[in-house]
Amino acid sequence: MFGRLTWSAIPFDQPIPLITSLVVMLALGGLAFWVWRKGWWPYLWHEYITSTDHKKIGIMYIVLGLLMLVRGFADAIMMRAQQSLAIGASQGYLPPEHYNQIFSAHGTIMIFFVAMPLVIGFMNFVVPLQLGVRDVAFPTLNNVSFWLSASGALLVNLSLVLGEFARTGWLAFPPLSEKAFSPGVGVDYYLVALQISGVGTVLTGVNFVTTILKIRAPGMSYLRMPVFCWTALASNLLIIAAFPVLTVSLALLMLDRYLGFHFFTNDGGGNSMLYMNLIWVWGHPEVYILVLPAFGIYSEVAATFSGKPLFGYRSMVFATLFICIVSFMVWLHHFFTMGAGADVNAVFGIASMIIGIPTGVKIYNWLFTMYGGRVRFTVPVHYLIGFMLLFVGGGLTGVLLAIPPVDFVVHNSLFLVAHFHHVIIPGVVFAIMAGYTYWFPKAFGFTLDERLGKAVFWCWFIGFNLAFMPLYVLGFWGATRRLQHISDPSWAPWLNTAFVGAAIIGLGIVLTVVQLLYSIKTRDQRRDVSGDPWDGRTLEWLTLSPPPHYNFAVLPDVHGEEAYWTRKQTAIREEKLIAEPDYQPIEMPVNTPTGVVVAFFATVCGFAIIWYIWWLAILGLIGAFAIFVWYAWRDEHEHIIPVEEVMANARERRRIRMEHLHTVSQST
Amino acid sequence: MSTQEAAIVGLTHHGSEDTGLGNRGPQSKSIVVPFGFWLFVLSDMVIFSALFATYASLVHATDGGPTTNELFDRGLVAVETVALLLSSFVCGLAMITAKRANMAWTQLWLVLTGVLGLVFLFIELYEFSSMIAEGAGPQRSAFLSAFFTLVGCHGLHVTCGLLWLGTMMAQIWSKGFQQHIIRRLLCFSIFWHALDIIWVAIFTIVYLIGTLT
Repeated sequence: MFGRLTWSAIPFDQPIPLITSLVVMLALGGLAFWVWRKGWWPYLWHEYITSTDHKKIGIMYIVLGLLMLVRGFADAIMMRAQQSLAIGASQGYLPPEHYNQIFSAHGTIMIFFVAMPLVIGFMNFVVPLQLGVRDVAFPTLNNVSFWLSASGALLVNLSLVLGEFARTGWLAFPPLSEKAFSPGVGVDYYLVALQISGVGTVLTGVNFVTTILKIRAPGMSYLRMPVFCWTALASNLLIIAAFPVLTVSLALLMLDRYLGFHFFTNDGGGNSMLYMNLIWVWGHPEVYILVLPAFGIYSEVAATFSGKPLFGYRSMVFATLFICIVSFMVWLHHFFTMGAGADVNAVFGIASMIIGIPTGVKIYNWLFTMYGGRVRFTVPVHYLIGFMLLFVGGGLTGVLLAIPPVDFVVHNSLFLVAHFHHVIIPGVVFAIMAGYTYWFPKAFGFTLDERLGKAVFWCWFIGFNLAFMPLYVLGFWGATRRLQHISDPSWAPWLNTAFVGAAIIGLGIVLTVVQLLYSIKTRDQRRDVSGDPWDGRTLEWLTLSPPPHYNFAVLPDVHGEEAYWTRKQTAIREEKLIAEPDYQPIEMPVNTPTGVVVAFFATVCGFAIIWYIWWLAILGLIGAFAIFVWYAWRDEHEHIIPVEEVMANARERRRIRMEHLHTVSQST
Repeated sequence: MSTQEAAIVGLTHHGSEDTGLGNRGPQSKSIVVPFGFWLFVLSDMVIFSALFATYASLVHATDGGPTTNELFDRGLVAVETVALLLSSFVCGLAMITAKRANMAWTQLWLVLTGVLGLVFLFIELYEFSSMIAEGAGPQRSAFLSAFFTLVGCHGLHVTCGLLWLGTMMAQIWSKGFQQHIIRRLLCFSIFWHALDIIWVAIFTIVYLIGTLT
């Protein structure tokens, strides 16, 4: 009846996961109860859960990403603690089978359920606003994508309390991940969760490429799009081209595990290196899926806070698309040690070095944007400068690793671990923190506290350096990654330094929460009335903060790059706004529970597949099909926002703008 | 399509038919929906290309078991191919009649599309079951795992397509030829033709090359 699922699935003998999951469940239950007592469920249901508004969906993605960041960080600090404790005679507090689950969960969660939701969340919130339109191409599909990602995240976390997680590392390499060597449900949790969230990601890719290529404000030709939109385009093209390969690699491994196929097994002619090739054909572009939008955020921040147009806009676009293409030609550098021969390794080594060139172009563009500008040292600029300082170093160790003979020496060592954290933390995480500070007032109508924001930055900056620089040293000394026990006591000082670094990052995460709560409490002091708190240059700052559901009363007419800046400067010069346009009623897509219901059935189906409960899996599939048919049969697609409401909102905005204009004109 | 009409079908953003560089703003749903669906089909093509790559690297990994020459029958596959290609042709006829809002003929052509698809599917299942009966199932060797997955994945797409087709027919029957339903039918036909393209590649790479002596 319940397949493999028995009472023994609950880890009664392991206090750490058991107590953690109890605490988390109590906290979530308490939160749900509190929301119910406050009477906020209907609001959440109508305004967020079933919303087809790209801004709301973006916010939900970002909330999901930040929540999972806490989970992923908890894994990180546990690993650092274990490596600091389990030196010499001591065995630490985590047995190997538990430690292995933790490093696997850390990588899986940080990439798939922290970085991806955060990056996709920013694209959701920002891209339609910057393009001057009202929503993405397929608003309902967007909601479905989000809930499928959430479903994957839920399954990964469920493994904490029911069964176990994979002990195979974040990419589940065979033959270790095959049935013969990993008979438990851990790898199945991993595979099913990633398949479900992967479907959501592909749909996001389709949605955003369509949006950016087909739905832009009048006059917003390709080379007038803000750089963030260009990077989002490149990132989503990569999603469409790369994520299906991930789907295939995971599906083949599932066939091996569930039906006894022989793709990657040791016997039957299987070839485990085929998995390495397939998964890295996805895995390397994935790095750029994450970092290109991050570069986009930095570009927006650099231009806005330097008070200058972005230096070398066209070279930035070119560099982005160059990276987009070349990112598919470097995957083999993840396993130079496969032994493909000197020629093959040389080709991929050189390609890996070449991809550093457009990245260098970007760094110079940001530097020259700041050069000669009136730089305001806000929180996002702190992250920008911190990023440039650190990322160049991370890039250099990358070029070092791209030399096959060097790679043979430090392959799978802590040097590699230090390298990829060195690019992904300053590259992606700093950008996310910068973007969070930068667009927060647009989303909620008030800015975040600046002082606490800077404290968070310094925690990340100092903590990162302390946590990862020692790992370079240890890597050179031969420390391999994923060690549950350290036999050489002379490594202790370096590992302890790394632990202190991780703890400081932890403090930064705590301060982020404090900053949010404090900013909400004191929001009246930092209201963004003008809709343009940073003196911005792109169209999202044209509308109110928070923007109305339909974003723009009338789609803005774009004449040239930096659509909003030009318009603003003309208004300041002439001391008047453009003539009031002819307002029309606006059609907007209706809310739908389709996404959350589909994700419910996907979760049920996924859970059933993990535990071999076949009748439930079939029921889940039927349910998902039924909801699609129900959705296809609906008659009401859009609702109309009456012209009076549009006009009232727009006039209020014009009044605020006029006041603002007078202040600006008087001060200059 | 007139602007008036585009606004009715149209995207929430008053759609235009401009296909240029965005000078006239967001495009209408009749452009956006098929474009998005093409991108989805593209991602599906990537799935198949990964499966083709897998097949190509494992085709000789027979583990002492049967090889391509011993297993494949060109005659059977020829019938299969004709059924699938004809099905696509008939689907095209259905599109023409649907644009003229002719219910009887549209339904007839769609039924025929489905029947030909079923013929294809039955032949494939017959081939699979006879191979498994001979002891040449997917668990036999890496080559057979790759073969069953590649061809089976195409078969799964055909199955899903048939499910979609049935739903579409019911929808056209109950709701008539509304703009958004015509758009869906267009997406279905894109999907159905894409499966042909993939089948041509399977036919060539798996069956033709596999039966060269």
